[in-house]
Amino acid sequence: MSSKSEKIGEIVAQHHGREGPLLPILHDVQAEFGCVDAESEALIAKGLNLSRADVHGVVSFYHDFTPEPELRPVVQICRAEACKARGVEEIMDQARAAAGDRVKLHTVYCLGLCSVGPSARVGDTLHARLDGPALAKVIEDA
Amino acid sequence: MSEQRLVKISDDALARALGADKLTAAFEKKGCEVHRTSSWGMQWLEPMVEIDGIGWGPATLEDVDDILDGGADEICIGRIDAHPFISRQQRLTFARAGKTRPTSMEDYEATGGWAGLRRAKEIGSEAILAEVTQSGLRGRGGAGFPAGIKWQTVARAPGAQKYIVCNADEGDSGTFADRMVMEGDPFLLIEGMAIAGAAVGADQGYIYIRSEYPDAIRKMNEALEKCRDTIAPFRCEVRVGAGAYVCGEETSLLNSLEGKRGEVRAKPPLPALEGAFGKPTVVNNVLTLAAVPHILTEGGSSLYDSLGIERSKGTMPIQLAGNIKHGGLFEIAFGITLGELVYEIGGGTESGRPVKAVQVGGPLGAYIHPDQFDIKFDYEEYTAADALIGHGGITVFDDTADMGAMARFAMEFCAAESCGKCTPCRIGATRGVEIIDRIRAGGRAPDEIERAPQMHNAPRHGRSAGDEIGLLTDLCETMKFGSLCALGGFTPYPVMSALKNWPKDFTGKTSAETETAE
Repeated sequence: MSSKSEKIGEIVAQHHGREGPLLPILHDVQAEFGCVDAESEALIAKGLNLSRADVHGVVSFYHDFTPEPELRPVVQICRAEACKARGVEEIMDQARAAAGDRVKLHTVYCLGLCSVGPSARVGDTLHARLDGPALAKVIEDA
Repeated sequence: MSEQRLVKISDDALARALGADKLTAAFEKKGCEVHRTSSWGMQWLEPMVEIDGIGWGPATLEDVDDILDGGADEICIGRIDAHPFISRQQRLTFARAGKTRPTSMEDYEATGGWAGLRRAKEIGSEAILAEVTQSGLRGRGGAGFPAGIKWQTVARAPGAQKYIVCNADEGDSGTFADRMVMEGDPFLLIEGMAIAGAAVGADQGYIYIRSEYPDAIRKMNEALEKCRDTIAPFRCEVRVGAGAYVCGEETSLLNSLEGKRGEVRAKPPLPALEGAFGKPTVVNNVLTLAAVPHILTEGGSSLYDSLGIERSKGTMPIQLAGNIKHGGLFEIAFGITLGELVYEIGGGTESGRPVKAVQVGGPLGAYIHPDQFDIKFDYEEYTAADALIGHGGITVFDDTADMGAMARFAMEFCAAESCGKCTPCRIGATRGVEIIDRIRAGGRAPDEIERAPQMHNAPRHGRSAGDEIGLLTDLCETMKFGSLCALGGFTPYPVMSALKNWPKDFTGKTSAETETAE
C-alpha cells in the first residue's frame, strides 16, 4: 500500500464521523499534497462510499482544489471592484513583469481589505495599500 | 518613561496586512505591554497605536520612539472616542470594536458578554421568538427578510434535529463587516447563534467561512474552543468554503456544507423547513446573528422603538470602501443618506478627484450616480431606486473609472462564479461579456453568411451599437427574471445602472446621441 493511500485513508477516517465530511477531507488532502488528483479522488470516493464522479464533480466545482500541484510560489491578487477603484488594474503589468515564469499570479475576488487596496495574499500573509513597486516586491519575495 | 506602558494595536487582518505585527514587536522591544485588540474600524489610520485612549495612525516603525515620547503629533488623532468618525456612530454590533481582545473570555464577560444568552435561557423559546420579531431585525445579509419570522418557521417545523447555520461567506467586494465581527468579536457571533439555537430548538451550529479569510477561521476556532462549556448544550463548528462566490447564496452554502457542489437549490422547500442535511435550518448572516445578543440583553422593543426608519430597524454596519479618503466601518441607524456617507463621513475620494460612481451592495449592486446621493439607507428606498443595500458595502469610484469596463467585469465575474445550474446565469453572463465588447467596439459588422450573395433573406448590415444595447437590455431582463438565484438575477443591476448613467463609457456617445445616430 502506497504512503499516499495510507495518508488519505487517515484523513478520511479522521473526518468520517462528521456530517458532510467531504469538503474538510478535500481541504486536508489539498493541504497535504498540494492538489486533489485522480488517484486521491478514487481513494476518497472509496473511503466515503461515493462514486468517483460524485467526488470529481465536487473537486472540479471549487476554485481552491486543483488537479495538479502548483510548484511555483503563488501570489493571489485581489482584482474585484474595490481594488479596481483603487487602481489594481494599472499595476498589473508591473506585477506580471515581476512574476515572469517563476511566480504564479492568481486572481481572487476580494480579500476583505476593501478600503486599503490593492491587496495581495501569499500563503496566509496579507499585504495591502500596494502600489506598483510594493506589489512587485511582494512577488519577488514570494 | 516608556517602560510598562499599555499599548493597544489591532490584530484585525487589515491592520496586520499593513504592518501591525512588526509594530507590536517594536513596542514590545521597548518594554511596553501590547494588547492586540479588535479594530476601531478607522481603516485609513491603520495600523493605529493607542495609548491611554489617544490614537496615532497610520503608524510606522519610525514613529515608535516619537509616540512613546508623547510626540509624533503629525499622526496623532487625539482621543479616539472623541474622533468625529467614532462619535457620530451608533454602535451596537460593533460596541466592542477597538476595546477588547477578540478571543479573551475575560474581556468579553467584562463588557456584558453572555448576558443575552443568560436571559434567553431564562425566558425560553417563545419569548425569545417574540422579542426578535418585535425588534424588527431583518436579515443583514442582503435580502432583508425578518429574522423573527424565519426563526418562528424553524421553531414550528416538525423534526427533532434542527440546525443554526451562519453564512460567513462574505464574498462581496466592498464588504468586510462579517470579517471584522469574526476577527474582532467572535464570541458575539457565537452568542447570537446559541440564542438562535435556544429559540428554535437546535443544538448544532455551523459557521461557514470563506477560505479567503484565514484570520477569521483561526479566531473563530479559538473562540469556539474557549466557550464550549458556556454555550452547552449548543455545539458549534467552523466549516471552510473552497473559493466559490456562489456559496454565499444560502442554498448553495447548504449544499457545500453537505459536501456537494455548491449549486443553488430551487425553493421551495425553504431551508427553514428542509435546510442542512434535509432538516429545518436557520440560515442567517453574521451581522444578523451578531445583532441578536443586544436585542436579548436590552429587550426586543428597544431597537423597534428607537432606532431606524419605517420598516428598517436598528443599525447597519456600513462599510466604506474603494477610492475613499476615510474608509472603514461605520455603524449607524438606518436613514442616513448616501451623500452624507460618501462626502461627510468618507471625506470624498482618496485620490482627491470628483466622485463618479458609488456601488452599493457589493458586486451585484447598482452603480449610483452622484445625482442620486439623497437616497436614504433603507431597504425599501433602495428597492424603489432599482438598487440594493445588500450587505451594506459602499465602494467609491473617482472620475477615472471606466463604467463600461465595470459593467463588463460584472458579467465576467458572474460567468466565472456561476454555479452553472440555470441557463440565464451560466450562458447569459458569457453572452453579456460579448455584447458589451461589441457595444464598445461600435456594434457588429455583418458576418460571412450575411455578406454571402446567396443569402437573400439575411440582413446585410450587422448590428449597430444601439441594436446591441437593445440586446443587452433584453438579456438583462432574462437574467433578472429567469435566474434561480441572486447571482444571475442581480448581475443586471450593476450592468444596467452603468449603462443608464454613463452611456458614454460604452459607446463614446451620450444616450441622446446614440438614439439620433440610428
